[in-house]
Amino acid sequence: MRLALEVNGEPRTVEVSPWKRLLDVLREDLRLTGTKEGCGEGECGACTVVLDGEAVNSCLVAIGQCEARKITTVEGLANGEVLHAVQRALVACGGAQCGICTPGIAVCAAHVVDRGLLAGCDADTARARVRTLLAGNICRCTGYQLIVDAVIAAAREVAPA
Amino acid sequence: MTAYHRPRDLDEALALRAAQPGWMVLAGGTDLMVNANHQPVPDGIIDLWRLAELGFVRISDQAIAIGAGTTWHEVERHAAIRERLAPLAAAAREIGALQIQARGTLGGNVGTSSPVGDSLPVLLALDAELEVASVRGRRRVPYHAWCTGYRTTQLAPDELIVAAHLPVPGATTRTTWRKIGTRRAQSISKVMGAAAITLDGDVVVEARVALGAVAERPIRIAAVEAAVRGLRLGEAGEAARLALRAAIRPIDDVRSTASYRREVAENLVARFFAVS
Repeated sequence: MRLALEVNGEPRTVEVSPWKRLLDVLREDLRLTGTKEGCGEGECGACTVVLDGEAVNSCLVAIGQCEARKITTVEGLANGEVLHAVQRALVACGGAQCGICTPGIAVCAAHVVDRGLLAGCDADTARARVRTLLAGNICRCTGYQLIVDAVIAAAREVAPA
Repeated sequence: MTAYHRPRDLDEALALRAAQPGWMVLAGGTDLMVNANHQPVPDGIIDLWRLAELGFVRISDQAIAIGAGTTWHEVERHAAIRERLAPLAAAAREIGALQIQARGTLGGNVGTSSPVGDSLPVLLALDAELEVASVRGRRRVPYHAWCTGYRTTQLAPDELIVAAHLPVPGATTRTTWRKIGTRRAQSISKVMGAAAITLDGDVVVEARVALGAVAERPIRIAAVEAAVRGLRLGEAGEAARLALRAAIRPIDDVRSTASYRREVAENLVARFFAVS
């Protein structure tokens, strides 16, 4: 089927089976290979994108469901050459190692920060809250501490406490 | 090529369902899309995601009706559900994580009817009723009669799940939900369960106790419910543990062992009846 959708602010059209996964359409048809496949089962979060304002696993979305929807991938986080606050914080804090989970973490964390999901948390509750909100993004390298540091730093920069 | 339809309303969805009973009924996709590239390609998809008539929460004095298309995120955030159906909100919070809660729906959990569906013991413990519809009309099914076996239900090939109706527990009924997995978020349960225990002081008047992941479908444990009636909290816990021992036959699988599940299920059920 022929579908029109909006990816990272740009209108795109694809001709695909409605059963094809959003993840595969992004990577194969639109050549946006920043989004990674980890498990293909909705367990790891590596393929996280924002779909109509919600962070979702793109491996679990059939493209047929995406007609006229708005999608943000990791490629859409930066504003031109200026990285998103979460991307800068991940770099500054060292919140990445092998990198396979990083695009999903960046997208999910940017969603958390941009939506103000840490608003009203003090320093202690913010750490626990970040862990809960990012629990669907599995990282086998970092041990999460530096990722949590980065998300909190970015949240503070976007909306100072 | 897979056919794809997104009905504009429930009537259109029901007509399509009656005409194409073999097509996949898809909402958030958190079960049906798992490993999609290694699954049989469906002949057609009936997409119910965000169908307006399935996305509602209706509150009356005695019950709350939740539309089948309601996501776990919406369940968890709903003030009346949090306050009056606390175990359902608790289950919603621990289903997957953010991404799954944004897409997974109540109707999906009920329709897939996995023995590890996290909300299903809650529906049993709260004595929910399901509302299903077809072009032939609507009917209500008590949830305890819904699951007929491993991932099989009473749903007819032309029917769609419309809503769950949950009676609100009274002031003297305490309710619990608890899940045990390898980690708090995202893990598939090794054992989980829910209970609704009506008390007179500290004496158990009536209890509904339901477990998941200990049988081929989520089940109420009648032997436990009978054993605790008339006992005080605390002693009811030990009675529940003993009654459960003979009542379940959990399995070994990749996620856990039968003996671990048995021990944890006993502790879980005993804890439902602990003195608070």
